[in-house]
Amino acid sequence: MAYKTIELEILRYRPEEDETPWFQLFRVPCEEDWVVLDAVNYVKDHLDSSLSYRWSCHMAVCGSCGMMIDGEPRLSCKTFVRDLPDRRIRIEPLANFPIERDLVVVLDDFMEKLQRVKPYIIRQEERAIEEGEHLQTPPQLAKFRQYTLCINCCCCYSACPQYALIPEFIGPAALALAHRYNLDSRDQGREDREDVVASNVGIWDCAFADACSQVCPKHVDPAGAIQQMKISSTLHWYLDHLGLGRKKR
Amino acid sequence: MEVITTDIAIVGAGGAGLRAAIAAAQADPELKIALISKVYPMRSHTVAAEGGAAGVIKENDSLEYHFHDTVAGGDWLCDQDAVDLFIRQAPKELIQLEHWGCPWSREPNGHVAVRPFGGMKIERTWFAADKSGFHILHTLFQTSLQFPTIQRFDEFYSTDLLVEDGRCVGVTAMEMRTGRMHLFRAKAVIIATGGAGWMFPFTTNGAIKTADGMAMAYRAGVPLKDMEFVQYHPTGLPGTGILLTEGCRGEGGILVNKDGYRYLQDYNLGPPDPWPRKKAMELGPRDRLSQAFWHEQQKGRTVSTRWGDVVHLDMRHLGEKKINERLPLVRDLAMSYVGADPVHELVPVRPVVHYMMGGIHTNIDAATPIPGLYAAGECACVSINGANRLGSNSLVELLVFGGRAGHHAAQDARSGSVPRVAEGAVRQRAEQARKRIADLFLREDGKETIAGLRKEMNATMDDGAGIYRDQSSLQETCTKLVELRERYARVHLEDKSNVFNTHLIYTLEVGSMLDAAQAIVHSALLRTESRGSHQRLDFPARDDQQFLKHSLAYSQGADEPRIDYLDVVITRLPPGERVYGGEA
Repeated sequence: MAYKTIELEILRYRPEEDETPWFQLFRVPCEEDWVVLDAVNYVKDHLDSSLSYRWSCHMAVCGSCGMMIDGEPRLSCKTFVRDLPDRRIRIEPLANFPIERDLVVVLDDFMEKLQRVKPYIIRQEERAIEEGEHLQTPPQLAKFRQYTLCINCCCCYSACPQYALIPEFIGPAALALAHRYNLDSRDQGREDREDVVASNVGIWDCAFADACSQVCPKHVDPAGAIQQMKISSTLHWYLDHLGLGRKKR
Repeated sequence: MEVITTDIAIVGAGGAGLRAAIAAAQADPELKIALISKVYPMRSHTVAAEGGAAGVIKENDSLEYHFHDTVAGGDWLCDQDAVDLFIRQAPKELIQLEHWGCPWSREPNGHVAVRPFGGMKIERTWFAADKSGFHILHTLFQTSLQFPTIQRFDEFYSTDLLVEDGRCVGVTAMEMRTGRMHLFRAKAVIIATGGAGWMFPFTTNGAIKTADGMAMAYRAGVPLKDMEFVQYHPTGLPGTGILLTEGCRGEGGILVNKDGYRYLQDYNLGPPDPWPRKKAMELGPRDRLSQAFWHEQQKGRTVSTRWGDVVHLDMRHLGEKKINERLPLVRDLAMSYVGADPVHELVPVRPVVHYMMGGIHTNIDAATPIPGLYAAGECACVSINGANRLGSNSLVELLVFGGRAGHHAAQDARSGSVPRVAEGAVRQRAEQARKRIADLFLREDGKETIAGLRKEMNATMDDGAGIYRDQSSLQETCTKLVELRERYARVHLEDKSNVFNTHLIYTLEVGSMLDAAQAIVHSALLRTESRGSHQRLDFPARDDQQFLKHSLAYSQGADEPRIDYLDVVITRLPPGERVYGGEA
């Protein structure tokens, strides 16, 4: 027996036939332990096979299934129906991204920005495999570990008021990732990232609304990362201008 | 049709595909590499691996131990030359990942930490808390971004390998955003598409693991090897099938039945104390633990829940600090999806389909029998996993053999020895592939639904190819799969649009899974012995006389597969008894 019947109000947009997005209502018999994704899958399997959306892991780690659920960007596989206040749930594609079809958004902009912050270890000299691992103590790891946890679900971009206003803004997830590498004791690439990170579309575009951190399903705290970067970037700027900083390569 | 000319085409951008791409890019910065995947790289299912990756690095360990654990764990069906190469390469690959920034968990002195896993004589699993696969995947993906020669084709669904004059010369793939078919013309192709857990109803696997690459290779004439060996992980969350890592037990968690009794001691894995102890009780191999659950269930000693029968994983004695530090994801998953906080409560678990030991037949260089075609990772079978994969070997396998596939494909592409083929013929083959999809759009409407077919496939695979099998259940599943393939051949498309048509993708995926499912059950039906994860109630003993052999399933088109055999490579460890528990 179904635990209760719910109504899903799902935004539909099929560019080949729809001029504008519209809402379609589905009635779904829902089990007590269902997440929103389970209900959406029910629609796909039983009510309308043409509904398109991304999903895979169903355990909040692949980052595919971010959507607006009652107006909030959330992972549909980690949002339990029983925790939502109403029997009617409104589901839309992630805000601030162009809609490709139904709940699928175009992620090109995010993918390009991710690449632009150089999210990889940069070193003056590569360490040889024969030299073994770098030593990194637990406190050194703890400095950046939180910022490694981003699953690229893009909920933060959907929540960010600055990204909504300034599409060029590098944005929360990509900046937090740059910070993650800057803080890694194995990395020497902070200055290589600075051109992008501290540019006019980088950290200084962030108005610290903190919306990104509030919606982040993995508690990465990108807003915190960006504020830390502002401090560290300022400090380096002064050190450089006093002639005390590291020389630019 | 749009034609993309490249040197190497890689299908799949999870751990193996990314590692292959980086290896090829490093081998020669002149080579053009097309990395094609039906999902963005960071969605690939490598992301869900939790516990860690095995590689000998500590003083108390040895390559010989890793070799023995792997071969005995695989019930002697591993190729020992491949295992030797694998264990030697493993630490180098893990150090390489460390240099690329993987946030491995550390000891206080700054060295990488290791934890014990099932079937291991010595703890040797490198881990990044309980998100090891996630960190490996993201490290590889982010590292790959620095190579301009790796061109990604995200959300392109590959449909057919193009084989001309006996050589693989490319692959066709549909751009999901537009529905347009593309021909990737390449000097070498690498398949790295992962496993096939979605042909079963209850699996740890993500919805994208649908045997696509296995089926492509199989249809192109490459045999699928050892497909009957399906790994059930002993500790999945009931209902969802979400994995709780073996690391839970590696850190000291125990399994108890409805009476609170550590039942594993009844299955040659005891005595229960002292605990924790390597290769004993909860640190036995996965196949034995999942089989023990089945026996407990038969005896009525499991716990009935609304999600079916379960046993309990007890981690309460580990304490909140250790659980938060070592198993934070496990705590979060258990609390979210079954409402049990492992710090204070028992967590219900049951065996769940997790991993395919079998796959595309390759040699030690990740090369398939078709020149120019390589495969690596879960979609491939080298074989280092034999009849039962040792936990924490798969993440290393995709590094070692992904790297080798990339390296050898690059050699092919660079050598200039790739023979010329008639381009017109290649175009024609690609056109046939395009037409196969286009014809789906023209089919007349019928009653068959793709969700319905998938459900029936799930049910029959569960009935026939579960933890224990026998002649009659396997035969029934064989018969059912013939019926399902016939019905599938008539299935129509309900959604005829071009843009991001996931109904079309699901339809193609079900076709792939039905093909690979036949390879599984026919290999299982003919293997009249019990070995590792393949347990026959009607043939309970291992039979080295007849079956120290790999099964090779060859596609016969619309007919059922033909099964052939290949001797296992034994170099220095003759078949023996698998010993766990107090005697180990």
